Amino acid sequence: MILHGFLPSLLEGALTTLGLALSSLLGACLLGLLGALAKLSRSRVARGIAQTYTTLIRGVPDLILLLLIYFGGQVGVNTLALALGYPDYVEINPWTAGVLTIAFIFGAYMTEVFRGAFMAVPSGQREAGLAFGMTQFQVLRRITLPQMLRHALPGISNNWLVLIKSTAIVSVIGLQDLMTRGQQAAGTTREPFSFFIAVALIYLGFTSASELLFNRLRKRWAL
Amino acid sequence: MSFDVVWENIGLYLQGALLTLELLAISLLLGLALAVPLAVIRAGRGWASRAVWLYTYVFRGTPMLVQLFLIYYGLAQFEWVRQSAAWPLFSSAWFCACLSFVLNTTAYTTEIFAGSIRSLPKGEIEAARAMGMGPLTLLRRIVLPGALRRALPAYSNEAIFMLHGTSLASVVTLMDLTGAARSLNASNYIPFEAFITAAGFYLVLTLTLVGLFNRMEARWLKPILQR
Repeated sequence: MILHGFLPSLLEGALTTLGLALSSLLGACLLGLLGALAKLSRSRVARGIAQTYTTLIRGVPDLILLLLIYFGGQVGVNTLALALGYPDYVEINPWTAGVLTIAFIFGAYMTEVFRGAFMAVPSGQREAGLAFGMTQFQVLRRITLPQMLRHALPGISNNWLVLIKSTAIVSVIGLQDLMTRGQQAAGTTREPFSFFIAVALIYLGFTSASELLFNRLRKRWAL
Repeated sequence: MSFDVVWENIGLYLQGALLTLELLAISLLLGLALAVPLAVIRAGRGWASRAVWLYTYVFRGTPMLVQLFLIYYGLAQFEWVRQSAAWPLFSSAWFCACLSFVLNTTAYTTEIFAGSIRSLPKGEIEAARAMGMGPLTLLRRIVLPGALRRALPAYSNEAIFMLHGTSLASVVTLMDLTGAARSLNASNYIPFEAFITAAGFYLVLTLTLVGLFNRMEARWLKPILQR
């Protein structure tokens, strides 16, 4: 039997990891767009908030942020619920904490990616759009955003590769991801080496496939 | 929120910070020493370059946590490892953490340096050859100084990633900064205070590291960029 019948369990974990990573990527891209727009905006408050956000995130390890959001968030939510007259215990599940943490962290890195990409779009493009009578939002949606995405692609691909590996830390808070499944199988069978090698190979498969995919995208959208 | 408990246990954090710095220093120094020769090989051609590529590809393509578990828990699967003279080392969480951090950072640093060597201005190398320098002299006087300086910005990012990466040591029971915060949270259930304090420590360490690298760049990189 391959891997003592634990292969389906590992694959299930791999799916969880992939789902977690994709959800986090989506959140990170949204946060990154907001962050980049804030950093490039005229409002000093928005710039200040975005700057603090990116500096703080890049100064603190992801594991600390995960534990802070998971354990701290638990206390925070329950204190809030009690204050609002809701006596039952509210539980933050590891999935929510994981997605929130990883989206929050990579949102900061995406902010820098998108900021650079926005600045790479010639300002004449935006001005021409405005001269045509488009609103700020229309210019963003029709002109700057599509052009910016091409410049952002290498940065997005780099961050994605780091992100998918970062998801391994959610095993610390007990989410049933690839890493946790590997640990469980390793514990049951007492063959940790075989199972962690299998886990490593699955991660390697994810990163290799991602790299191939992004290379094709890059060629297709080449500037 | 009360930081009294944190303040009472500030010694725990300071010891943790010390261990974090120790792990960081060991992994960066050994990583640097290993990455320079590997990068020279990697920047070349032939099977040796491909062998180094395989190593960096595997270590950059998998999470450091998996690498740490493979070394710390995985190796114990084999009877001959447990019987060997090196077993006291491989059963120590500290040694396994150091080993996996070194292997990981070496892989990233090798690729950074190799990329930097490949993108050196051709003219510098041609000029050195024209002066009659042999391959070793060329490497020592021209290639390495130029490449390492130009790699500084990318390497500073790797160093910061490594500082954050050392927090994984707490997963294998080591009492680094993260380990200190986790044990304080476990015994007193004060997640906010415990982890925010650790975050503050890391922030200070990160900013110090950034400042250090900025000074190194000002001293070693700027002079060769300005014309």
